[in-house]
Amino acid sequence: MEYANLRRQAASLKRSLFDQGYLDEQFCQVEDLQDEASPNFAEEVVSLFFKDSARLVTNIEQAMEKYPKDFNRWDAHMQQLRGSCFSIGASKMNNECTSFRNSCGEENAEGCRRTFQKVKREHAILRQKLESYFQLLRQAGPARTATRPGSM
Amino acid sequence: SLSCQAHTPPAFPLPHSNSIHLLLHQAKHTLALSSPMAVAIAEAPFHVLAVDDSVLDRKLIERLLKTSSFQVTTVDSGTKALEFLGLHDEDASISSVHQDVEVNVNLIITDYCMPGMTGYDLLKKIKESSSFRDIPVVIMSSENIPSRINRCLEEGANEFFLKPVRLSDMSKLKPHIMKSRCKEHCHQDEDLLSNSETNPTNNSSSSSDTITISSSNPTDNSSGDTISSSNPTDNSSG
Repeated sequence: MEYANLRRQAASLKRSLFDQGYLDEQFCQVEDLQDEASPNFAEEVVSLFFKDSARLVTNIEQAMEKYPKDFNRWDAHMQQLRGSCFSIGASKMNNECTSFRNSCGEENAEGCRRTFQKVKREHAILRQKLESYFQLLRQAGPARTATRPGSM
Repeated sequence: SLSCQAHTPPAFPLPHSNSIHLLLHQAKHTLALSSPMAVAIAEAPFHVLAVDDSVLDRKLIERLLKTSSFQVTTVDSGTKALEFLGLHDEDASISSVHQDVEVNVNLIITDYCMPGMTGYDLLKKIKESSSFRDIPVVIMSSENIPSRINRCLEEGANEFFLKPVRLSDMSKLKPHIMKSRCKEHCHQDEDLLSNSETNPTNNSSSSSDTITISSSNPTDNSSGDTISSSNPTDNSSG
């Protein structure tokens, strides 16, 4: 059955996202909040995350340009972005955000620039992977809600 | 007649005998309300006001609360929270015992780190207000800073949640609500007793038993709204 196959692919993709550290347990918590009344809750949350985080990334970029060496300001912006990552379980991206904040703490502008590039990269990778994941789920049909990794 | 003093103490020692005492009083008070309207009021879901500047976190906390059978209103700042409650920044201490505003909030849950008015500032304003100081306040933060936590608890916060908030955290909310409602009923009963011999089954408790009215605006649930409120879903598992 085609749908079963798609669901298997989605589950497999999700498992790899966990194995490779892109996502953590918090993502499961978000999916667990889904039910018949809110069948697309996880996808809505993730979509909201990418919309909001894109805005926050732009804020950081502008802050770094307009306020050179204003590490407190850069850090405050990144704290918001990190909070969002935390809320959906975006583990790798979260780690890069923390690295950035550490560079801010050390007043290391070059370190900030480097880690910021990593944040943006992880952001893009995660977006692409989660878009694939939800696309598979959508194609697999609305009947089933997402399953936990390892459970079939 | 209903009286706090009328209860005999429990026969066995309990760690929180005070709470049990208050809960028993609450139950007796609820049973004393005989009209169908009163029964409907007694069964109305508890209303939580959630405050967070992050649109993502607002969506999550709203879902967590609704899944746990709370009615929810979300706002994106402390200032908006005060506006919603009918408190104004300048004169937070000025208020009436029986609110004219048709807002009934049973618990406030707020993020700590917010631009402008922080969750701590909001907590202080609420605790300074005679109308709202008995409403339980829960603080949320993604940072585990003991001095911050202690500061909030000392200021009167009832609970501190570390983000990301989980579904299991929701079960900690109701006990705080029940305790504060019992406290409020006790105060009102004492007022009654000190005033006259009126029938206790009159609508003696006013504000806390009023059904919420103002929060039923049919705003849609989309993320861009600064204030949104909605009732628990019909088939939520609770």
